Amino acid sequence: MAASAQHPYSQFPHQAQKIGLSILESMGFRVGQALGERLPQETLGFREELDVLKFLCKDLWVAVFHKQMDSLHTDHQGTYVLQDNSFPLLVPIASGLQYMEEAPKFLAFTCGLLCGALSTLGFQSLVTASVTALPACESWRGCLWGFTLFSPRTHLTCGT
Amino acid sequence: MAVCIAVIAKENYPLYIRSTPMENELKFHYMVHTSLDVVDEKISAMGKALVDQRELYLGLLYPTEDYKVYGFVTNSKVKLVMVVDSSNTALRDNEIRSMFRKLHNSYTDVMCNPFYNPGDRIQSRAFDNMVTSMMIQVC
Repeated sequence: MAASAQHPYSQFPHQAQKIGLSILESMGFRVGQALGERLPQETLGFREELDVLKFLCKDLWVAVFHKQMDSLHTDHQGTYVLQDNSFPLLVPIASGLQYMEEAPKFLAFTCGLLCGALSTLGFQSLVTASVTALPACESWRGCLWGFTLFSPRTHLTCGT
Repeated sequence: MAVCIAVIAKENYPLYIRSTPMENELKFHYMVHTSLDVVDEKISAMGKALVDQRELYLGLLYPTEDYKVYGFVTNSKVKLVMVVDSSNTALRDNEIRSMFRKLHNSYTDVMCNPFYNPGDRIQSRAFDNMVTSMMIQVC
C-alpha cells in the first residue's frame, strides 16, 4: 500500500497527538521563560516561593489572560493547586461538544507557559492541568493547575 | 563609562563578557570571576535580612586601587557585573543604577527573542551596540 504521499505520522494518530502536545508544551515553555524575565522586571526581588506563586497567579495570569487566578491552595511542601473558574481559552470551547478534542492543546501550551515561567524564576516543576465541571453550571469551564515544585537547585561555587 | 561589562548566568558561567580592547582582557575576566563570590554573599545576606523586599541593585561589590566593581542581580538570578575606572569620579550611584537598568532592559529583550535559546552566549547586535555605548570611549 503506497503511503508515500501521506504525512509520516498519519498512520499513527495517537503518537501524532502526543508529539503535537509536547511540541505545544515546549513552545509554551519558551514563552513562559521570556515572560518570566520580562514581567517581574520592575518589581523587587522575590523573597520566597509564595511570592513567586503570587506573581504567577496575579501578574502572569493578568498579562496573558486579562484576569487573575481564582484560588491558590498549597500543602506547604511544594505542591500547589491553582484554580481558574473560567479559563478564557476554554470558555468558547465549552459552549458545545464540537471542539472538545482540541481542548488538550490549549491546556498543553498553558502548562508549558507555567513551567517556563517557573524555570526562569529558579524552580524546576512538574505541571499538570485538569478540567473540572463547575457544580453550578452545565458546561465545564473551570480548570485546575496542579504542580509540584522541586527545590531550587543550589549551585555550588567552585572553591577557588 | 564602564571598562568591562559581563552578564553571568545563574549557573555562574558567562553569557556575555566584554572589555575595552586596550587593556588586558584576562585581568577583567578574573575580576568578574572573583566578584561572583561577593555577589553570592550579598544575595544570601539579603535573604536572611528582615527587609521587606529585596533590591535588585547590589551596589559597589569591591574596590581595587584602579577599578570599582558594581553588581546587579535579576529575578531570574542572572547577574550583571560592571567594572568602572576608579579615576572617573564623576560617576555617581544614580548613573550606575541607570546603566544597570538599561542593561537589564536589553537583556530582557534578548531573552524575549524567540531565536535566542536561554543559556547560550548572547550574540545580539542590539545588545552589543548598547554595551558599546556604555563602554569607555577609545579614540
